[in-house]
Amino acid sequence: MTAQTPQTPDKRGLKSDQFSGLLLVVLALYIGWANREYPIGSLQEPGPGYMPLLLAIFLGSMGLLIAFWGGHSAPLRAVRWPEAMRAVVILIACGVAAFALERIGYRLTVIALMIFFLGVMERRRPLPVALVAVGFGFISFYVVADLLHVPLPRSPWGL
Amino acid sequence: MVETFDNLMLGFSIALQPQILVYAFAGCIIGTLVGMMPGLGPLAGISILLPATFGLNPIIAIVLLAGVYYGAMYGGSTTSILMRIPGEAASVMTCVDGYEMTKNGRAGPALAIAAIGSFIAGTFGVIGLMLLAPTLAGWALRFGPPEYTALLMMGLFILAYMSGGSMLKTLAMAGFGLALGMIGIDAMSGYTRFSMGIVELGDGVGIVPVAVGLFGISEILITAGQAAGEKVQKPKLRDLIPSREEFRLSAGPIGRGSLLGFLIGIIPGSAHIISSFVSYGIERRLARDPERFGKGAIEGVAGPESANNAAASGAFVPMMALGVPTSPVTAVMIAAIMVHGISPGPLLMSQQPELFWGFVASMYVGNVVLLILNLPMVGLFVNLLRIPYSYLYPGILCFCILGTYSVANSLIDVWIMLIMGGVGYVLRKFRYDLAPVALGLVLAPMLELSLRQSLAMSAGDYGIFLERPIATTMLVLGLVLFLLAIRPLIFKGKDWRSTVGLEEQQN
Repeated sequence: MTAQTPQTPDKRGLKSDQFSGLLLVVLALYIGWANREYPIGSLQEPGPGYMPLLLAIFLGSMGLLIAFWGGHSAPLRAVRWPEAMRAVVILIACGVAAFALERIGYRLTVIALMIFFLGVMERRRPLPVALVAVGFGFISFYVVADLLHVPLPRSPWGL
Repeated sequence: MVETFDNLMLGFSIALQPQILVYAFAGCIIGTLVGMMPGLGPLAGISILLPATFGLNPIIAIVLLAGVYYGAMYGGSTTSILMRIPGEAASVMTCVDGYEMTKNGRAGPALAIAAIGSFIAGTFGVIGLMLLAPTLAGWALRFGPPEYTALLMMGLFILAYMSGGSMLKTLAMAGFGLALGMIGIDAMSGYTRFSMGIVELGDGVGIVPVAVGLFGISEILITAGQAAGEKVQKPKLRDLIPSREEFRLSAGPIGRGSLLGFLIGIIPGSAHIISSFVSYGIERRLARDPERFGKGAIEGVAGPESANNAAASGAFVPMMALGVPTSPVTAVMIAAIMVHGISPGPLLMSQQPELFWGFVASMYVGNVVLLILNLPMVGLFVNLLRIPYSYLYPGILCFCILGTYSVANSLIDVWIMLIMGGVGYVLRKFRYDLAPVALGLVLAPMLELSLRQSLAMSAGDYGIFLERPIATTMLVLGLVLFLLAIRPLIFKGKDWRSTVGLEEQQN
């Protein structure tokens, strides 16, 4: 039930398991609240809201138990996030790529994404970046779309 | 027995067809490469390849994907031994002694024993699958909705009991996965639930975006930006032969790992991961001189590698016989078969014998292919490890987007994958096991349907689960395991994890 090993014993403040357990309780409450739109039905004929309600109760109970027994886990501030900024940037870049995929096509999206990761984030030299990005975009399209016949989006310019 | 042999011959007549051999070979190579790449385990590899199998016949599709699965199990050991980087989670324990052997100049024998152990365990697992699955399927024909409900409940309890980490966290993650499975149209009433007005969510949340997000993307988010890897050793063919003493020391761990892995593989959860941890713990306990472990003991390579490969085969037993996935990988494989209009389950073996027995025979072939492939070609595969990770992870990310998008040509799936990647990253920081989420997602529709059908059958009386012997037995077994699992929480005692040294190894 421990998260990260704490540097020094600290009995004050919220513990990591208490925090994550409470988050699960909040999620369970949300499921229960969103489930109010669906009929629960009866025991003889359970409705579409029956199972989600059971699951919300189950998830909430687990969250409470995790929080209850989480007093000995590491303090919340001992959980380290050194790569968080980089992770957020990666997720945003992938999100932009998802947005662009059907608008500018697979090949251009992948080339742009590779250039961003290799050139901007990893600061590699421009020539290898350009070669890898273009090569990856075109070769993967050829293998997946042309050889394996998996339909992939093309740009309005045919790329 | 004669009937099994005849069926196996039917299987070999299919599996040895040149076209199927080519796909088995391709699957094994792709799997080995996938297993070697950090951040691209068997699940992400299979998910990405899934759309490419839609146009293939179902036997070829499953042979290809199974090849990727056990190929990845083999491949994961190479990076663990040579670089101390587990290509996939099941190879974590191989790192400990495998890499120490590399530092001691014994990388070749470590790789050879890993490959031989994997071959023996894989073959043992296939024999187990061949003998056990038809019996289990025959038994499962007597199952009605209450039995299926009890089976799925028992599976979730066993999952919690056998989880490598906290039982409560595992159950919470299974609950989270089950809740995700509630999204979409309710099959019995036609209501669209929790779709937030997004039409595409009417079909529910697919296993592929969730699995690729949780296992592929979150791994990259955790590992991206790490320092460059060390120089890789490239063993020569003549260096691969283990000594007589190394063979003698490995025989027992390979035998025990095979049996243990197969049995753990049948039960739900991250079986191949747990089996390798448990096998390592057992070998260390059985060793006359346990202090050698962690310093290059060959038993520490032979046991876990055999166990994780046998578990990969064991996972196919409930998948094929009951139609119930016990791991995210088998869940994706069920999706791959269902695309072709075939439902795995008790009737599969009688209605599609060529598919089941062709698959079994192809696994024998695949194990031979992998043994041939892994030993002489290890030097070739090692070249892949020379690609800097800064070049590798953007490519893996592109493949994740590509694979997820192509399953249904849906951008919503890509968004789900990215969200699950972020969720998986946070959950891993708080040490939650992610496999139960994927498993819960897949089991949710089955569990809901069978529970509601059971209640409809009994006019709302939950006593129906206690009136049917099979259902009662399964529920009691699940409950006993659940009580055993919570006992250490209440009485502050030790559970099986500390007995085999699992907690210690994970820290």
